[in-house]
Amino acid sequence: MTSDSVLAIETSDLVKVYGETRAVDGIDLAVRTGAVYSVLGPNGAGKTTTIRMLATLLRPDSGSAKIFGHDVVTEADEVRSRISLTGQSTSVDEELTGLENLILVGRLLGYRHADAKARATELVQAFDLTEAANRLLKTYSGGERRRIDIAASIVVTPDLLFLDEPTTGLDPRSRAQVWDIIRAMVGEGTTVLLTTQYLEEADHLADRIALIDHGKVIAEGTPGELKASAGSGALHVGLVDPGQRAKAEKTLTTVLGVPVHRDSDPARLSARIFDPDRAAQALRELTGSGIEISDFALGQPSLDEVFLALTGRPAGDGTGTGTGREAATDKKEATV
Amino acid sequence: MTTTATRTEQAPGGDTLRQALSTRPRPRRANPVYASLTFAWRALLKIKHVPDQLGDAIIFPIMFTLLFTYLFGGAIAGSPGNYLHYFLPGVVVLAVALTSMYTGTTLNLDISKGIFDRFRSLPIWRPSVLVGAQLGDVVRYAIASVFPVLLGLVLGFRPDGGFAGVLLALLFLQVFAFSLAWIWTLFGVLLRTPSAVQGLTFPIQFLLVFGSNILVDPQTMPGWLQAIVNVNPVSHAATAVRGLMHGTVTAGELGTAFLSCAVLIWLFAPPTMYLYNRQER
Repeated sequence: MTSDSVLAIETSDLVKVYGETRAVDGIDLAVRTGAVYSVLGPNGAGKTTTIRMLATLLRPDSGSAKIFGHDVVTEADEVRSRISLTGQSTSVDEELTGLENLILVGRLLGYRHADAKARATELVQAFDLTEAANRLLKTYSGGERRRIDIAASIVVTPDLLFLDEPTTGLDPRSRAQVWDIIRAMVGEGTTVLLTTQYLEEADHLADRIALIDHGKVIAEGTPGELKASAGSGALHVGLVDPGQRAKAEKTLTTVLGVPVHRDSDPARLSARIFDPDRAAQALRELTGSGIEISDFALGQPSLDEVFLALTGRPAGDGTGTGTGREAATDKKEATV
Repeated sequence: MTTTATRTEQAPGGDTLRQALSTRPRPRRANPVYASLTFAWRALLKIKHVPDQLGDAIIFPIMFTLLFTYLFGGAIAGSPGNYLHYFLPGVVVLAVALTSMYTGTTLNLDISKGIFDRFRSLPIWRPSVLVGAQLGDVVRYAIASVFPVLLGLVLGFRPDGGFAGVLLALLFLQVFAFSLAWIWTLFGVLLRTPSAVQGLTFPIQFLLVFGSNILVDPQTMPGWLQAIVNVNPVSHAATAVRGLMHGTVTAGELGTAFLSCAVLIWLFAPPTMYLYNRQER
């Protein structure tokens, strides 16, 4: 059914406006089937608004979006039968048990009660939730909640799964579990669109990444391509004495000929490099001028640095980005 | 092959996980009736897990029955016994009318939560969420109406329509409550918070219940008030319930009562559905 020629997701100039804010401002995406595609951006970049339009929950103001060739507005029902959504806020019923939640979704998808129950039981076992299955959702930990939520999304294996910030707020162990589940799902042929504000997460899981900011795609490609766009690599230097940082910064700037970035750690500096020889020379200059180096590393730039290189500000710094999601979240808090 | 196996062993559930994720045939799509019944099942589960929500449905009607019968009954109808004969069918209507407001606040609460996103991204008949929730309310209405009837029987209420008459009256009340609840569901999708829904529902409910013939015969009221009481759908329902319980119901009374139900649905269901479909968060 999903021939390779049909894209799982194809959007063209997608726009959603909330009052004055262009939450999504002309996004073009092309996602192949069978891949993990990550939409990466800081809080309020427009990730959730985009995903909600793709999942037929929000109507785009202009532009178009197609899921497996079906328009999200005019063929919403056809789209809904191919997708599943695990939203940012838990999309399960707090007043039911985990098992009941899965049975509910199973029945709504068309399973008879007994079949829905069998499927639900299979899923709680697979997701390591057997012990929690008969407890009410409100007693669940963050990680359990997230897993039951994802389980609810795959009661019938969807062709395309939307995961909106699936690991936000989870402890490292739960996060690793969710990653394993995502990898296993992709192994079984599901296409996954994943939003995240964790650069590391996109780097680990995604085949391709769209970096978005202020409702626009500012870069798109494989993790490797995105890193290359920030230079061939970066030099990270740790100083023994933070007091020497200004002097070290001056030396590095002179030798490398590029701006040097002050890390939040007062004893650290980093800079993009284009030529490893220059880096070696810079380190010699530093030690030669009496600056004590505690450690240094030379490596591919992290996506953090990519973001910085492309936007001029660090990721996660949501300065001046009022967005749909924030507006929506506000509204939601007001209604609870 | 080997590498995949190693990886999934670390995943929660390991092989069970891969097994659970393997693609399987999709079941036939849930039809509207089945989807609605599933949502009704959900509503019943909630009653099972949080039974204290039934407290109001039981306590208020009992309070009203005792209060009106003994406090005002003698003054209104000569004796509490006489009044009970007139008032008890009315208090059952009152009980159900008050209980029907839960539908609105529950829906509003649902919309404000993430579960709503899941329902809306499923390929189901969209009104089934609302219709199903109301079907689940059948249990609540039954409880709210049976208790005052039982209390009435203990206090000396003797319906001339017998068991069959009372049963028919209670069945009619299910239809009436379903119809009336569309007003509250409209508020549920229109307003932002459950407390706002409650804030608007309460005064309107108060007017509907007290501006009716539930408590007293409108004959002694001023003409303009009689006019209002006589168009109030709650009055039509109370007249029909009274008639059914006492075995005096006319075809005209029943016809008017069912017509009121139809008008309530016709007026309030379409805008509710329209706003519900447009819900965007």
